[in-house]
Order: sequence, then C-alpha cells, then structure tokens
Amino acid sequence: MTTKRETTVGTPFVETPKLAVRDVNVFYGTKQAVFAVNLDIAKNQVIAMIGPSGCGKSTFLRCLNRMNDTIESCRVEGSIKLDGMDIYESKLDVVPLRARIGMVFQKPNPFPKSIFDNVAYGPKIHGLAGRRADLEEIVETSLRRAGLWDEVKDRLASPGTGLSGGQQQRLCIARSIAISPEVILMDEPCSALDPIATAKIEELIAELSQNFTIAIVTHSMQQAARVSDRTAYFHLGKLIEVNETQKVFTNPDHELTEAYITGRIG
Amino acid sequence: MDNLHIDQHISQQFNSDLEHLRTHLLELGGMVEAQVVDAVKAIETADGNLAERVLQTEQEVDRREIALDRECTLILARRQPAASDLRLVLMVTKTTHDLERMGDEADKIAKMAIAINEDGGASPRGYVELRHIATNVIKMVNACLDAFARYDVAQAIKVVRDDALVDMEYRTALRELITYMMEDPRSITRVMNILWALRALERIGDHARNIAENVIYMVHGLDVRHIPIAEIENRLAAQIKNL
Ligand SMILES: Nc1ncnc2c1ncn2[C@@H]1O[C@H](COP(=O)(O)OP(=O)(O)OP(=O)(O)O)[C@@H](O)[C@H]1O
Ligand SMILES: [Mg+2]
Repeated sequence: MTTKRETTVGTPFVETPKLAVRDVNVFYGTKQAVFAVNLDIAKNQVIAMIGPSGCGKSTFLRCLNRMNDTIESCRVEGSIKLDGMDIYESKLDVVPLRARIGMVFQKPNPFPKSIFDNVAYGPKIHGLAGRRADLEEIVETSLRRAGLWDEVKDRLASPGTGLSGGQQQRLCIARSIAISPEVILMDEPCSALDPIATAKIEELIAELSQNFTIAIVTHSMQQAARVSDRTAYFHLGKLIEVNETQKVFTNPDHELTEAYITGRIG
Repeated sequence: MDNLHIDQHISQQFNSDLEHLRTHLLELGGMVEAQVVDAVKAIETADGNLAERVLQTEQEVDRREIALDRECTLILARRQPAASDLRLVLMVTKTTHDLERMGDEADKIAKMAIAINEDGGASPRGYVELRHIATNVIKMVNACLDAFARYDVAQAIKVVRDDALVDMEYRTALRELITYMMEDPRSITRVMNILWALRALERIGDHARNIAENVIYMVHGLDVRHIPIAEIENRLAAQIKNL
C-alpha cells in the first residue's frame, strides 16, 4: 500500500464547480465502499465516471443527491456542496434537493401509472405547471427530448410499465428532465438500449449539457469518450484519475486508468 | 515507459492482432531499409543489376503497405482501441505511409544508378558528399526502426536531431555540386544524377524523422511535429516529471 499513490492524479478541481466534493468516505455498515474522494463537477459540463464493476461508481453517484439516505446501512462522511451549499446539512429538506439534482437509474423504474402521469408527476408535485395545458406541454417536450414521443403519443394513457425496457428507460429520462433539474445524475442509462436509442440519449445529453450539469456512470468506454467533457476513473473505491476526456482516452496519466480503458489486466 | 504492454490484454486475440501489426511494420521497415542500402550501393558501384533488384522490391512494399492499412482498419473497427493501443495503431498507419514513400525515394536513387551506369560508369564528382550523406541517412533509417521496436524515445530524439544535420549537409553539398557544374558544363548530366540521388536521400531522412516523431507520440502521447528539438526535450521532461 505504501508505494501506491493515494491522491487522485490529473485535474480533479475546476474554477466554477456546480458540485464540490471533499474528503468523501462512504460505508455500508463497517465496510468502506468509497475512500477520500475529492472532486469538482463543473457547471454545464458532462462528467463520466468509469471503472470496474463494484468500484463504487453508483455509491458515489448516489451521494450527490443523498440517495444513499434511503439505504439503512449506508453512512456518508465528508462534504458535498451544491453551488456552495452543504447538501448534507442536517436541516436540509431532501425533496427540493432531489428536484434540483435529478437521477436516472440503471434499471428503468417507471411508476405503475400511465405514461402521461409518469412524466407529469414531478411537475405536478413541484408546482411547475398550473394549468392542464402547461402540463401537457411539459409532458410532450420532455418525451420529445427523451426521443420517445413518436412511439407513445397515441397511447399516453396506457401504463408506463407496458413499454419495452428501452422505452421505459427513455420514459424515466423524460420524467427526470420534466422538472428541469440543475444537475442530472445518470447511472448506466443506456445499458438496456439499442444503438439507435442510445444515440438519441447521447444526443439528448449533449443538448442538455448546454444548460445542465450531468454526471453519468457508464460501462461503455465509447460512450464516455463521446458524451463527456471530463472523465473520472474509480478503482476499488478510490478516485484514481480525473482529466479531460480527450486526454484520458488518448494518453491517461495513471497506469490503472490505462489498463482499464485498454482492456488490460490491471 | 519501456514497453506498451501489448501482450497484457484480457483478449488474447487483441494481443496477437497488435503483435502482428508490430511485426509486419518491422518487416516492412526491414525491407525498405534494405532497399535504401542497396540503392546507395548500386549508385556507388554503378551496379545496374542491383539497382534493378531495388526496383523490383517496390511491388512487394506496396502490397505490404496495403495489407498493413487493412490490419489497422480492422483493429480500429473491431476493437476501438484507446490510449496506448490507439496511439500504436495510429503510429503504424502513419509509419507505413512514410516507409512506402522511403521506398519510392530508394527507387529514384536506383534509377539514377541505372542512368549513371548507362552513361558509362562513375564520375568522381559528388561521390564524397553522396557517401557521407548516405551513411548518415542509412543510420537514421535503422535507428528510427530500432526506436520503434524498443520504444526508445532517446534514440528517436537522436534521429530528429540527426535529420537537421543531414538537411544542412544536403544544402552544403548542393552548393558544391552547383559550383562543379558551373566550372565544367560537360559534367552537368552526371552531376545532376548525383544531385537527384542526394535529394532523394534527404527526403528519406525526413521520413525517418517522421517515424521517430511517431515513436515519441506512441510512447508518450506527445505530438512533437514542427517543434524545435530543445522544446521537445522540455516537454518530454515536464511530462515525465508529472508522472
Ligand atoms: N446496499 C448495499 N449494501 C451493502 N453493500 C453495498 C450496497 N451497495 C453497494 N455495496 C457495495 O459497495 C461496493 C460498491 O458498489 P457500487 O454499486 O457502488 O459499485 P459500481 O461501481 O456501481 O458497480 P457496477 O459497475 O457493477 O454497477 C461494492 O463492493 C458493493 O458490493
Ligand atoms: Mg453501479
């Protein structure tokens, strides 16, 4: 252990962070899953998080909107600030926090409601649409942006759970963007999608990144290379390297990153 | 980095694809190097047969160039290589092209050898210069391929530096040969042949430098084209310190 570099190599910090993560440790019971992570997530940029299965990507991502609060055994140490505001502040209400930091999960999880209601639910509870017409417009634009509109426009009243896996995922993306979050966390959003649907989601990510901050966990190197501005490489719970994506995929700084992205035995 | 660890992929097939790429590039390199050496020898000894043999190798070089390009295309399409693997494949495509062009230049030298031979043997004018520059260029060709085989950046830098020297020697030789021609107009045809051969050698040196630069890119991910040598060394030192 002593010979290993303990600090993250590359450029983990930026000038205008949307989210600033400092010394974050995460435990499940007594087992530590994330070790001393320091990272800035830049405003209106896409950051990709890559690394082998079980390295703590999902765990880390869930810290960013306090989704780990829902896991009984999970404990988060350190500080995470959204525009300078500590999101782990004890008095903070997580409901508005999660409206500002939305999340799309690996497995699509539509509500057992109609397609329309799946998308309309968020705007309704957050009071974003007063009139029915406003709501309809939000639902349509959200479904269009998620690349699903044409496939569902004639059956908005049928249940979201009746869609194919890939369609369900796009529905969940539509649902998360319907409330116009500032930050969108995506955990392998395309793992169930075909190349066309994946291309649409990637296009959406590019479009959203003009106004939103996006953190995406992906197992696809090509996807990380295509969609992100910066790439963070995790290994055994540690943040090994953060650099501009272009650098990571042509000339990474750390040998562990190199081994992972080139498919070598690390 | 003394090695790109191309044999450590989880995919054995990928390991062997990259290993083949390397071997095939080195084989092509060896073939072109021999072409250059033979072409120079043919001109020095006015050996028309040897020159003919140089010209015949051309087709094999072209065939291998195309085969290597196809290998690279397949690897890019199938494996979508990243980082050092990507740099290796890019390096091979570019270097293949430089080697093919070197071969073309060797052919030009061989054609000059044939012309000189038909013209009734050697003229002493310009041979000293030719031999001198040829020795340096052949060393560069050998060294750039060696640098590739061993990921040897120090040797690659030496090739870049030697190229500047060859360029200078070429310009000096040019001036001297022009003086000969002015002093003795009857020598113009012969001296022109030597001059074309010198020009081809100088171009071969440029291609060797390109290959050396490709080696630096492959090993360190640093694009050093069109950068003065001192600056190359500074950037390499900074990069190595950062690691
Ligand atoms: N709810 C949980 N309870 C206990 N341990 C957990 C829990 N969730 C994750 N872990 C453990 O924490 C570590 C990190 O898991 P995490 O799901 O964050 O990895 P990951 O990088 O997202 O992996 P994958 O790429 O497979 O999704 C693993 O060792 C995992 O077993
Ligand atoms: Mg995960």
